[in-house]
Amino acid sequence: MTGNAGAPQIGMTSLIRCPALTLVFLLGFTAVSVAADGLDVKIGYLRRPKHLETISLVQMPAPDDGLAGAQMAADDDDTTGKFLNQRFSLVDVHLKDGDDPAAAVQKLAAQGIKLVVTDLPADALLKAADAGKAGGMLFFNAAAVADRLRQEDCRANIVHTAPSRAMLADGLGQYLIWKKWPRWLLVTGSHQRDKLFADAIKRSAKRFGAKIVQEREFKDTGGARRTDSGVAQIQTQIPVFTQEAPAYDVLVAADESEVFAQYLPYRTWDARPVAGSAGLVPTSWDAANGLWGGIQMQSRFTRTFKRLMTALDMQAWTAVRMIGEAVQRTNSDDPKTMLNFMTGPQMNLGAYKGQKLTVRDWDLQLRQPILLTDGRTIVSVSPQEGFLNQYSELDTLGYDRPATKCRLQ
Amino acid sequence: MRYAWLPVAGLILSAQAHAYTAYVSNERGNTVTVIDTDKMAVIKTIKVGQRPRGIELTKDDKYCLVAVGDDDTVQMIDTATGEVTANLPSGPDPELFTLSPDGKVLYIANENDNTVTMVDIEKRTALGEVQVGVEPEGMGISPDGKILVNTSETTNMAHFIDTASKKIVANVLVDSRPRFAAFKSDTSELWVSSEVGGTVSVIDPVKHVVTKRITFAIPGLRSESIQPVGINITKDGKTGFVALGPANRVAVIDGTTHEVKKYLLVGQRVWHMAFTPDEKYLLTTNGISNDVSVIDVAALKVVKSIQVGELPWGVTITKH
Repeated sequence: MTGNAGAPQIGMTSLIRCPALTLVFLLGFTAVSVAADGLDVKIGYLRRPKHLETISLVQMPAPDDGLAGAQMAADDDDTTGKFLNQRFSLVDVHLKDGDDPAAAVQKLAAQGIKLVVTDLPADALLKAADAGKAGGMLFFNAAAVADRLRQEDCRANIVHTAPSRAMLADGLGQYLIWKKWPRWLLVTGSHQRDKLFADAIKRSAKRFGAKIVQEREFKDTGGARRTDSGVAQIQTQIPVFTQEAPAYDVLVAADESEVFAQYLPYRTWDARPVAGSAGLVPTSWDAANGLWGGIQMQSRFTRTFKRLMTALDMQAWTAVRMIGEAVQRTNSDDPKTMLNFMTGPQMNLGAYKGQKLTVRDWDLQLRQPILLTDGRTIVSVSPQEGFLNQYSELDTLGYDRPATKCRLQ
Repeated sequence: MRYAWLPVAGLILSAQAHAYTAYVSNERGNTVTVIDTDKMAVIKTIKVGQRPRGIELTKDDKYCLVAVGDDDTVQMIDTATGEVTANLPSGPDPELFTLSPDGKVLYIANENDNTVTMVDIEKRTALGEVQVGVEPEGMGISPDGKILVNTSETTNMAHFIDTASKKIVANVLVDSRPRFAAFKSDTSELWVSSEVGGTVSVIDPVKHVVTKRITFAIPGLRSESIQPVGINITKDGKTGFVALGPANRVAVIDGTTHEVKKYLLVGQRVWHMAFTPDEKYLLTTNGISNDVSVIDVAALKVVKSIQVGELPWGVTITKH
């Protein structure tokens, strides 16, 4: 990490777009008392070298997937900040293959940065968070869905704005039960993350009373995702792969690795809908969502970044908005004060989800509804009616307090 | 004897029950429903542009103005003919607006543009715009017309704008997603509803500080479903009504103590409200149940519901 070649690329994103307006805003400032010199909040954005290629061309991640959401939120925070003499900016750290996330965190710490939003897989995130622990740094996991980050490997300095696999699976599972499709044919990829998603789906089946009639593995034999020969082979492979299944209502695919799930819809042996990693997909956000003022968010985002807003963008947006909200309500950028606010009753983040979002104090997971999308419209939003919880219906998604294995430290 | 009295009584009744007209914007139906508040019945449905929400009558009742967000304009409906006669230069995606007390200027919140646009109604031209926070929505005007308050949903602030200089003079931080602002008629208080925060902030309009936060608790309902939007305060300032969205209730608030006195069960997803000019009745728009509830203000009872168009959102009632 000391050599130039391995050093992450650090770029400062200036978010004050119109100085003249700023002046108007500052003149307008009289109402809320803040420190005379104000607050300058710099937020680290630590991201993985490259996102996974998708089967679908239209779902290929943009180079700034996630980062754009964080920028939008920093911009939003900054607009409020102008009235409060607070400035928000992002420091983007783009890791290269082989870079050590811990070293990148130390570099951020050296710049006085204490708040870091991460787009990292579970292991890299833990390395980063543990490296920042001594300096009191607070991390916001905008990307990793691993349940263990909310369970046995939870950390007192990681807040999760990304939903966990369990939350996604439960959001889908509740809908399939509501739809009266309780017999699931589970098709799982051969990679570790596919198996973990399959585990979450099996847990949902058990919780909500669905039956997994059979589980099949789709082996990743390698090869390119796109070929000039096109879909001819797939058209014959998928029906064969899905034939002779026991009677089922819906095929649920666990394919986070993007190897096969997108090939399933319309090609299954039996005429059955597909859900999970393709077909009806559980997610925190989709560009099709216009509910609850979401249309404003979508148009603001599209206008600024000339592309559609993804779930990762939304999760990063939410993280940076949580930071802004905590700084603005506590008038402090101290991570400890902010975390106290975020886990307390005063936290009521508006994030276009039709209700205030709060944080589970037992594992620092953001409570949130799960959207179910077919990629063109929002089919439904979970929790579904009738799935009850004594504290919050959102806690019917994922690991609730009694089921937690997390000991925050 | 009894029979002889009847026609006279009937005459008095009809003289008292002045026939006002209510106009309801139907967000999904792209229509405005016209209600006779004497008969409490629908008398007409007017086709308007796309996604009508904010709705107000001009001070002389000659025009009904309706913001049609997806058409980026505010339409003027001639109340005599029920025809859309003009489109005002509202700026993009207008949602809510308010009129200056003299009826000459229209102040419009442009959600997608972080601006408030000012429009001369007579000349039908834009007078200027003010940059505010992210997603401006609620608009309240002080009774003397000097101070315009705009709330911005993502910035979570009430911006106080001097209408003469068109400059922001103060910003007050309130709870999440502030959606509506209403002054008391004596200007002593400004009330701002926070939809996601679930509260109403009472603000001192001179000192620009929140003096009280009204909270709501309804047995059997989760706090997340209590989402205050519309606010209407009686002219004497003694009673405030707050529409609580998906809680399907209107809260009745003591204007002096700011305590919640009662919750009135109305239709589903109640958005906005309007008094008849005599303040006998308060009409509420219920977004999901496609109806308008009529509240008897003195009795604090819901006395009727009227079926309107698809997803009713805003309501305004003639003054004459």
